[in-house]
Amino acid sequence: MNLKLLKLLSKNARYKTEELAAMTGRTEEDVSTEIAQMEKDGLIRGYKAVVDWERMDSAYVSAIIELKVTPKAGLGFEEVARRVMKYPEVESVYLMSGGYDLSVMVKGKTFQEVALFVAKELSTIDSVLSTSTHFVLRRYKELDVEMVETNGDDRGTFSL
Amino acid sequence: MSTVNYQNILNPAVCQIKPSGIRKFFDIAETMDDVISLGVGEPDFPTPWRIRQAGIASLENSQTRYTSNSGLIKLRQEVATYVKRKYSLTYDPEHEILITVGGSEAIDAALRAVVAPGDEVIIPQPSYVCYEPMTVLTGGVPVIIETDAEHEFKLTPEALLAHITPKTKALILPYPCNPTGGIMEREDLEAIATILREHDILVISDEIYAELTYGGKPHVSIASIEGMAERTVVVNGFSKTFSMTGWRMGYACGPAPIMQEIRKIHQYAIMCAPTTSQYAAIEALRSCESDVAAMREEYDMRRRLIVSGFNKLGLVCREPKGAFYAFPCIRSTGLTSEEFCERLLYAKKVAVVPGPAFGQGGEGFIRASYCYSVEHITEALRRIGEFLEELK
Repeated sequence: MNLKLLKLLSKNARYKTEELAAMTGRTEEDVSTEIAQMEKDGLIRGYKAVVDWERMDSAYVSAIIELKVTPKAGLGFEEVARRVMKYPEVESVYLMSGGYDLSVMVKGKTFQEVALFVAKELSTIDSVLSTSTHFVLRRYKELDVEMVETNGDDRGTFSL
Repeated sequence: MSTVNYQNILNPAVCQIKPSGIRKFFDIAETMDDVISLGVGEPDFPTPWRIRQAGIASLENSQTRYTSNSGLIKLRQEVATYVKRKYSLTYDPEHEILITVGGSEAIDAALRAVVAPGDEVIIPQPSYVCYEPMTVLTGGVPVIIETDAEHEFKLTPEALLAHITPKTKALILPYPCNPTGGIMEREDLEAIATILREHDILVISDEIYAELTYGGKPHVSIASIEGMAERTVVVNGFSKTFSMTGWRMGYACGPAPIMQEIRKIHQYAIMCAPTTSQYAAIEALRSCESDVAAMREEYDMRRRLIVSGFNKLGLVCREPKGAFYAFPCIRSTGLTSEEFCERLLYAKKVAVVPGPAFGQGGEGFIRASYCYSVEHITEALRRIGEFLEELK
């Protein structure tokens, strides 16, 4: 049952309790209690708006940084990952399979600011072997949300 | 310039057919801005990508010619496997399955194959709008059974028995039902099957919404009931299940002697169903079970939302167990269905369909499709709420 609630909330965190209750076929009390519990347990970590920042003057730039890292005995990548995630400039940190180890999403006001952050902060960490920076040029879809205009509902009224 | 008297030229039987009552409101709605519609009986999901890809691949491979009149044998074999797995129906792909242009063509051809002038065709209503006019065009006589909310819009054995005469040729069985959302469960079907067998009545079972039933109750086909396969033409299709309305793909399954005649009509009128669509349909049957399940789950959520919404607004709405329409009762407003829909459209720009568009028994109800996003449904309900407040 939690799964249904989570699916709905991850689609739209602003559904009202009343709507969630109707859609899952449960009482509003049940739904409220369950959400509160999931928040308390840390199963739900937060709620955020998906913003099209490109339309704002104060737009920011972001980049995906690929980090190659020397794992530490007994700790693996844990220590460096936890250190990297503490920077406020860092939006996300993932441990990856394949050609590099950590994927770090960094944001800043300008390309230069991001580049400097990588050079000064990330590449100077002891266990970081190399960094490779890829700037995001345009967002088409983010967190399941389309960021560009598409056709929308183009159904006619032909059905009977 | 000579004047032509078209009334002399046209077939009076055709001229007498009324245009669908659904159209009227759509036509008004189209002249207005910002209309929010719960009118459309068409899935909002795009056709699953693999199906589209199979269509594209068939074009790339130059599969652009006529197929066999009955449809690609590969597709008929897939249909046979599918209806066996889903509904425990056994049909020979060679002689008992026909691929048609949507379910509509199958219904039309089946009626034309069996109904002779004067034959009576029993049609439970409220139901889809095509059965009555198609029957009239064959020279048949529609005999309407009004189903009601009290019996969850099911066809009861009592009502069926009361409408059978020596002239009764066929019964159209439209379940899961557009617009009522009613379904016929196994015991309901068994009850009417006894009568149908006794009176030797053919069933044209329109099962186009078979995959859209809710509450863990899979659809039961009347053809799977003892002694019924030999007197049933099952009509189904891809439009609703696989969100493939524009591909125009349906099929009919039935006893070989009937199918042979239906095929003749299809052959002369249609030749064969669109080839691209047939290739796409093979892919649909083979590999899109999970897409269908996901769509069903989404419809189910919307269904609960809209039903609870109407009930909260004071419009009594039973739980529809199939298809994708809610059919709330609007008698509490003191308006007729037509008045309700018209005033709602002008006052709040919400388009719904009056129940009588599906037969007189629909009076007092409206049909609201839930093939719309949750946000869209929520906004429509909000506006309907305002409308009801202002009525008071």
